[in-house]
Formats: sequence, structure tokens, C-alpha cells
Amino acid sequence: MNGRRTFLRGFLSVLLSGGAIGGILKILPSKADAREAPPKGQKWYGFGVSVDKCIGCARCMDACKTENNVPREPFFFRTWVERYIIRKNGATTVKAIEPNVEPSPETASDKSILRSFFVPKLCNQCASPACVQVCPVGATFQTKDGVVLVNEKTCIGCRYCIQACPYGARYLHPVTHTADKCTFCYHRISQGLLPACVEVCPTQARIFGDLNAAASPMSRFLRMNKIHVLKPGLNTEPKVYYASLDGEVR
Amino acid sequence: MGKLFEKFPDPLARLIVVFLAFLVVGVIVVAVVIPKQMMDVSAQWADAVKREEARPIKYAGFHVCAECHDKIYETKKNGYHRDLSCETCHGPAKAHTDDPDKVKPVIPAERTFCPQCHAYNPSRPRGFPQINPVAHNPLKPCASCHNPHDPKPPTTPKECSACHGAIARMKAVSHHVQLACTTCHEVPQRHKVSPWSVKPTKPQTREFCGKCHAKDGKDKMAKDAPKIDLAEHGEKYVCWQCHYPHSPEVEQ
Repeated sequence: MNGRRTFLRGFLSVLLSGGAIGGILKILPSKADAREAPPKGQKWYGFGVSVDKCIGCARCMDACKTENNVPREPFFFRTWVERYIIRKNGATTVKAIEPNVEPSPETASDKSILRSFFVPKLCNQCASPACVQVCPVGATFQTKDGVVLVNEKTCIGCRYCIQACPYGARYLHPVTHTADKCTFCYHRISQGLLPACVEVCPTQARIFGDLNAAASPMSRFLRMNKIHVLKPGLNTEPKVYYASLDGEVR
Repeated sequence: MGKLFEKFPDPLARLIVVFLAFLVVGVIVVAVVIPKQMMDVSAQWADAVKREEARPIKYAGFHVCAECHDKIYETKKNGYHRDLSCETCHGPAKAHTDDPDKVKPVIPAERTFCPQCHAYNPSRPRGFPQINPVAHNPLKPCASCHNPHDPKPPTTPKECSACHGAIARMKAVSHHVQLACTTCHEVPQRHKVSPWSVKPTKPQTREFCGKCHAKDGKDKMAKDAPKIDLAEHGEKYVCWQCHYPHSPEVEQ
């Protein structure tokens, strides 16, 4: 009698703790997956930016707005180009350029300027994205191929993700009142086309491709350049890779 | 079975029936009425991915244009604009590929268009062809001199200063003003066509500068040039690793 009771008690506790461990394991993998290396044989998209090649013509910004119906007002962007002006005294000014407005050449005769250049920016499609973690309704998520998307049907427009993104890549769409951001032109890349900004870039400053592909412009870009990502210390693991990035760029 | 029911008091039996009815209705509601997306977030995501994939495309992509415009494509293929997509200048053309007669892409002919890329801007990378739109043949449309599908300067500049202006201006006020660029640099013909793939040479030996600047230098033209003893001065370095030849130091 006593033996049966201890057996039952032991059996039950094993069942319960097993259930608890199983429950924890069931929750964990979804977070652990993102940090692992991309599975082989599956698309895992990445983006390359050659800062040296950008001429600040804003064709990419214009094409992005056309392709993705981004509002034309100059403060809604899925991708944008920043102009850095670094002065000899160490002061740095950063200003997003405006499409169809020629960037002013005021620096031509300004001797206090040490160097200046353009830096294209877009959503970094982080492997561990802060925006996905903070979304209270699970409206923003990562696809199998590593692209972070927003489900506009469930987004409640709380702007939490806009705050959480360390790269300022998101904005609230004024018509749908949902969060909006670069999707790597998901409708284009799923048909084998290039994202609109990559398509129109006249100097090949933007490169796009599957990081798992053996030979592609993207894998060549990663092989031939010294690569940096934005804000690596935040462990967001961005998949937008920059070549020839200046230390002043944040 | 009947005996089992008899054991329950009548109200309890009714309660069980009601309870069972609720249970069945609940199961039906969960399994059939409530859409799967409301309970499973990954189903929502699958829907969102499908919606995202179904968005209309505006830019057709570069290979589509060549199917009809093969002549222009051939011209462009060998020019400096070879890497440009047609839609960079002509705008989104998916609608044009669907109905070529009805929808025509834009042909940007106005003078403000080309300077979006080619106006001088100090933030642009060095070596990128830039002009000053105010001073460069004012009011003339760009296409009257340059073919946008195979752009070239109307004549290839002979002077090095066309591209290397900063160096030319510096040399003009230096002690080396009398020297031609080719005195020290050999310029392969290909450099003028493909400036970044073939580069001019630089002097590789100390003896090269020594022709003028060594104390036993032979060049008569340079008898007033500052002289050094090659054996003692500078050790292992080639001269231009310390001295900038386009603006050499003046002190004697």
C-alpha cells in the first residue's frame, strides 16, 4: 500500500515537472531560432551598401515610394539617404537628403569641412529584431527567409515598435494608421526580382541577395569588402551590411 | 446504463444534459466558428506573407526591357551607363510592359534631370563625373551633346587636369610647375577609357628623383634644384613617401 502511494506520488511529480519543462521548451525555440545560423538550403536575405559608391541622387528613395505607395511627404520613408558632414573640430552634421531636391553644394569652398559623404539607410532586417520583441499583438514578425514584416490587419498602431527600433526605420502610415517599414520589397523578391531601390541604384551602391547563395553579387560583396553593421553593440544582428562605413555613422 | 441514471436525482441529470450541451456547443464554436487565425498567430503571419507577396509590382526589372528594345540595350551595354537599369531614368515601367501601346514611360529631357546625379557635390565620391550645371553649356539640353545610352564627353579631355583638377592647381603654384605630368607618370592609353582599372605609374626608385635632386645629379635644367646625398638621405624610402611631389617643400 505504502509502495503504491510513493510510486504514484513520484509518477505524478515526474509528469508535472516533465510537463513544465516541455512547456518551457515549447516557448523557447521561437526565440532561440532567430539567433542560430540560417538553415542551409533556405533563402536568408541580406542587403549590402557600398557607402563609397553612393552619389546621393535619391533615385532609391523615389523608387521606394513609387513601388510601395509610401506617402510622398518628405518625412515618411522606408529608405532614406543621409548626408554626413564632418568638420575639422569634430562636429558632425547629419541630414536626410530630399528626393528631387539637389543636395546643396555649400561645402565646396568651406575649409572647415574635413570630409563629407552619403549613407543610404533602410530597415536592417535584424536577425534578432527589437521591434518583433516589443509588439504587444504579434503583428510584426520574421518570415522564414529572415525578412521582418508588419501584419497590417492586426497592427493596432501603438507605435511601440517605432520607439524600439534603434535605427529609426519605422513610421506610422498616415492612411492605414499602422506601422510601416521596408520589406526588402517582399512582393518583388518572392518573384525573383530585385528590391526597387537596388533595381534603380545607378552606381550599384545597393546590393541584394540570398546570404546562403554560393555565388551571387551579395556573397561577392561580403567576400571582397571590409564589412560593418550599424550599432553592432545592440546585438540586433542586422542583415544590412555596410562597406567602407565611416566611424561617425550611427 | 438506465440503472446508473436512476441513481442521479432528476435535477442533477438535467444539469448534466445542459452541461453536455454547453460542452458540445463550445467544441463546435472553437473548432468551426472561430477562425484559425484568431487562435494561431503563425496563421496570421502566413496570411500577412501572402498579402505581402500579392502586392502589385511597379518596376519591371532590367532584363524585361531588352526583349523589345534590343538595339538600345546593345548600345547601352558597352557604355558607361551599362550598369544603370532602364527604369532609373525612365521610371517604373511594369504598366508599359503589360500594355506597351497605351502606357509610355517618361523620357526625361529637361536639364534638371541629369544633374540629379551629375551636378558637382563635394559629398559625391571622387572620380564620379560631375559638372557645374550653371556654368556647363547653360540652357542646352544634356542630350544635345551626350547620348544618354552611351554617354561620353564630346571629346576626351587631353589634359590630365580635366579629372585631376586639384592636383593641377596645386602643381601650378609649386616649384614643379614646369614639369609635365608625364615627366614622372607613365599614363597607359586605357587609363583614359577606364580610369579605375588601369592606373598611371609612380616613380619606383630614389634614383628617379635623384636625376634632379641628387648632389651628383646629371640634369642640367635642374642645377638650382635642392640637392641631397642619396646615400645618406632618406634610407629605404622612395622620395614621395615623405615629400609630396605636387607641392614640394620650399625651405632650402
